[in-house]
Order: sequence, then structure tokens, then C-alpha cells
Amino acid sequence: MSAAMEPILQVENLVKRFGGLTAVDHVSLAVYPGEVVGLVGDNGAGKSTLIKMVSGVYQPNEGAIYFAGRPVNISRPSDARDMGIETIYQDLALAGNLDASANIFLGRERKKSWLGGIVRTLDEKLMIDESRTLMEHLDVKIPTMQAKIDNLSGGQRQAVAIARALYWHAKLMIMDEPTNNLGVVEQGKVLDLIRRLRSQNVPVILISHTMHDVFAVTDRIVVMHRGRKVAEKRTAETSHEEIVQYMVGAKDDSRAAAD
Amino acid sequence: MALDAKAERLTQPEVAGGARRSNTQQAILLLSRVWSWVFLVMLLVYFSAAGTGFFSLRNSQNILVASVPIILMGLGQTFVIISGGIDLSVGWVMGLASVVSALIMRDVIPDQPVEVQVPLAFVAGLGVAGLAGLINGLITAKLHVPPFIVTLGVSFVARGAAWVLAEGNVVAGQPPQLRSLGNESLFYVVRGDEGGFYFNLGALRGISDEVCTVLNGHLCRPELSGAALRGLDRVFTWPVVITFVVLLVLAFVLRRTQFGRYTYAIGGNREAALRAGVPVDRHIIMLYILSAMTAGLAGVLHTARFSGGAADSGDALMFTAIAAVVMGGVSLFGGAGRVAGTLVGALILAVLETGLVMINVQTFYKYIVVGIIVVVAVLMDQARDLITGRAETVA
Repeated sequence: MSAAMEPILQVENLVKRFGGLTAVDHVSLAVYPGEVVGLVGDNGAGKSTLIKMVSGVYQPNEGAIYFAGRPVNISRPSDARDMGIETIYQDLALAGNLDASANIFLGRERKKSWLGGIVRTLDEKLMIDESRTLMEHLDVKIPTMQAKIDNLSGGQRQAVAIARALYWHAKLMIMDEPTNNLGVVEQGKVLDLIRRLRSQNVPVILISHTMHDVFAVTDRIVVMHRGRKVAEKRTAETSHEEIVQYMVGAKDDSRAAAD
Repeated sequence: MALDAKAERLTQPEVAGGARRSNTQQAILLLSRVWSWVFLVMLLVYFSAAGTGFFSLRNSQNILVASVPIILMGLGQTFVIISGGIDLSVGWVMGLASVVSALIMRDVIPDQPVEVQVPLAFVAGLGVAGLAGLINGLITAKLHVPPFIVTLGVSFVARGAAWVLAEGNVVAGQPPQLRSLGNESLFYVVRGDEGGFYFNLGALRGISDEVCTVLNGHLCRPELSGAALRGLDRVFTWPVVITFVVLLVLAFVLRRTQFGRYTYAIGGNREAALRAGVPVDRHIIMLYILSAMTAGLAGVLHTARFSGGAADSGDALMFTAIAAVVMGGVSLFGGAGRVAGTLVGALILAVLETGLVMINVQTFYKYIVVGIIVVVAVLMDQARDLITGRAETVA
């Protein structure tokens, strides 16, 4: 299937160094429309660093990123968001002193014009209404839309972060440990959401430590170990045991290929 | 994606504002929100009862005039502190702006008509302040030097520059009309037989003498001399009017605009603001420019009020302004605060200043009172954070 289609995202030989440490070491990866790619690896394997280069938080030292077939320079997070890359970060990246609606629209506030556009104020009503509709659509209950993030539970915060990413109709969704703060039922709902995105042809990159989740929803699994991509497998053609062997460094396809 | 099970459980006790609280906690919470207002009212009541002449129109105006530089410097500082920064340069930036504006009128364009001199002096004073703010902002945002250090350095530079430019003196020799801009007012109250309430429409250009004869001349400043002139009360002097216009505009900007939203977001979680696409560096630069320019405006108004530029006009006021901001409930951790709080804080300080004089207490006691209040204010802030659970996320 992938051969016939143009990848939405393609990264080639990305390298990211922090001082003497090479966090991401010549990693290449392609993501096709309607595909869920699992990105797995032990702590410190470079998964989060890799996706942060795609979402604009970090700039790669080497390598190229192509989005929708064109080479792109993502020098800040707003560049990625403007292209249609939405990211749900592991730390959620919410401003705790603002309410859910302010966070969902942060950086992209809806405004009202006065005096022919000289004065532009926040359209709070519109943003709150849209946020409420969105949260209802997601079947998430938060006490009031005016409640500050600091006063919400972990699961509610996670829901706000997910809602923010969904609102903007992403062309590519990156989820870094999206089920971290959630109970079992809610975890199932996140997986349903990922399947729904796939059915809408929106590709998803899923970072997760939970093998069960990865095997439940992904089409392909990419394994990283110490900054390198050590395996790329079709989910249907591999097993928990094999993936874990790659994760701990017992197996390494990149070495095999090089030899 | 329904978070039904957990969400329902969490919505019940934890509704908007966290866990169930004891009555004591509720009381502390309420107190931490309203204490500054209560304290201001208590001060007003106390001084009115104890100090002869405190409760008077004239003294109310003295308080407002005294609060002008505190409010102006406090306003810019409010924005900066909400964003998680601090601006220690405002005092000497105010002095530098005062000196520069005075030099423009005395030395640079002494032969121009006053209609040209005064606006250009304002522009130059605000401009030099804005430049100081730009430097503060650039070094803080782009080079990641802590704002405490950057603004301290800029403070010394501004201090030196102001004294050098002023040659160690007050820059006097200003056009005589400048004094009216700094001291005349929107309204007048005249005592005695011909007494009453007068507008000051005559101050506007293009108002003809005929307009001033309407309503028995109550639309214009009356011609007075002797005892009547000394008994004249100026209500809302121009610096006070300008200050409150700026205050209303900035309160609006903070509450209702994207600029204000970004300010809170950066103070709440700078990294999150950045990842959401907020132009964080640019915004921080603009905040320091804003802070410097409100200080610059205070400096220019000082020049107008005293008909002279003084390098040290803001020196003693900077920490007073920061005290006002803190008393007004702006969190030094960033992310929280309001313009109205800063106004109350500034008024508390101005009331203390005038009130202590009127009950014949040395004003030096003011510093002791202020010092205690500032620390108590921050303790209240922390108590509130502990109760609402915010402290846990901060720590």
C-alpha cells in the first residue's frame, strides 16, 4: 500500500546532539496517510527528541524533513502547527494558570474586531462555546470551562491536551504517551480515537510504553535504541517478544544491514 | 473519548477550585483576595478620623498626584511580573526620561514654539525609555540572562547616563507653559462667594473665549488672585488624567486582548506557550519595552510637574512600585495578577505617605509599615496557593 502513496511525513538521517550526547543518530522514517506508526524504545532511546524535531521544539543538527512531499524547515513550534502537525506532548504543555478554553486556543485565539479592526479583543464566548462543544463531542466532563488547568485532574488535563490537538484538524497527529494519566476505560477511548483518526485518513505517530496499546492500534512499529532506529516491523508480522528484544538491544537490524 | 468513570468521580468533590476546604481555609482564601481593598479602606477611615484635613478634596488630590509615578511604574511592572520576569531598571529609566525630555526643551530645540517643544520632549523621553526596555527585553529573551541581572545592569547604565546628561544637576530652564501641563487640572473647585465647580475647557486649543462665557464662565478656569487663588482646588491634574487613561487602556489590554493572554500564558508555563506557537521571545521584548515606557511616561510627567528634569526622580520610587504590585496580588512566580490590584497597592502607599504626615508621624515609619505589608502579602499569596493546590504544581 505504501509504495503507491506519497508519505505525509518523511524524515531522512535526522541527527540531534546535546553536547557530547547524540540523542538521535541518523534516523529515517516515513509516515503514510491513514497509517498509525508506533514509536517505541526504552527511556532515553530518543523517541521524544525525534518527534520534537518534527514538532519544531528542537532543530536537527543534520538531516532533512519532508512534509507532504516538500522539504520543510521547522524552526519553531508554530511552523509545525501552521503546516498541520499537531502534537500531544508527554508533559501535556498546558498553562496551568489558564482555563481549558484558553489552552485549547492558545497561540491561535479567536478575536473580535472593533472600530474597523483597530481594536481586537478575544472572542471569549466563541472560544468557550467551541471548547465546550469539543469536550462534549469527546465525551469529557470538566466542571466548568472556566476552571483553571491546575484545578483539574490528570485525566481531565490529558483530555484538554487531546482536545487542543484535535480541534485544528491536523494532517499529522503526534501523540507522546497519550494514555499516561488515564484509567483503563479512558485508555480504551484514546485508542478508539486513534482508530477514528486513521479512518479519517489522518496519520498518527504513537509513542507508548504500553505494548498492549501499540499492538492494538498500530500498523507499523519503529523501535529505537540509544538514538538509533534498530527495527521497523509491520505490526501484524511481529510479536511483543521480538519488539522487546529490539528495545533492549538484543536484536539490531541496523547493524545487520551495515554488516 | 469519554473519561466518564474517572471524570464523574472527579467532578463531584473537586469542582472548579479543588478539594473540599475547611472554614479556616475558606476564610484565608477570601482574605487573601480582598485584604488589600479592606486595608485601603481601613487606612482611609483611620486617617480621616485621626488626621485633621485628611478627609478633604485637596488631600484626595494630593494622594492621586503622589500615586502617579507609583501607578505608572507599577503598571508596566505588573505585565512583566505576570510574565514571570522583573524589571529593576524602571526607577532610573524614569530619571533618564525626565532628564532627556527636559534637555530637549532647554538645549536641543529652545527656539521652537512650545507646541512643538512639548510633544517632541514627550516623544524623546518615551523613546529613550523604550530603548532601555528594548535592551532589557533583547538580552532577557534572546540571550537568556536572568531579568534580575539584565535590568539591574541597565538600571546602572541609565543612572550614569542620566547624571552625565544632566551634568549632575536638575535640568531647569523649561518653557513656562510646561508647568500648567504638569499642574493644571481637568476641573477646579473655587471657594468663597464666586465659588463653585469649573471645567477647564480653556485648556483645549481652539476653544474660543465665547465658549468660556457660557454657563457664567463655569466651563473655563476662572481668573483668580490672592486668597481665592490659594483656595483653588485642582481636581484631576493632567498627569492624573493621563495616568488613569493609561491604566484603563492597560487593564483592558491585560484582560481582553491576545497580548494579555500571552502575558499570562508565558508566566504560567513558558515552554507550553512556546509549543503552542506563542511568539514568546517577541512578547517578552515587548513587555520590557512597555515597562520602560510607562516609567518613561512617569519621568516626562515629573519634568512637566516640576518644570525640570531630575535624574534621581524615580530612584526612591522603584521599589515602592514593586511593593505596590506585590500588595496588589501579582504573584512573583508569574502567571497571576490584575491591574486593579496594582492600583490598590499604589493607593495604599500614597495614602500612607500623606496620611502619616497628617497625623504627625515621621514618614520614615512608612517604610517599616510597607516592609511588613509586602512580606505579609506574599505570605497570603503562598497560603492561597497551598490551599488551591497551585503550589504543588509550581514546586
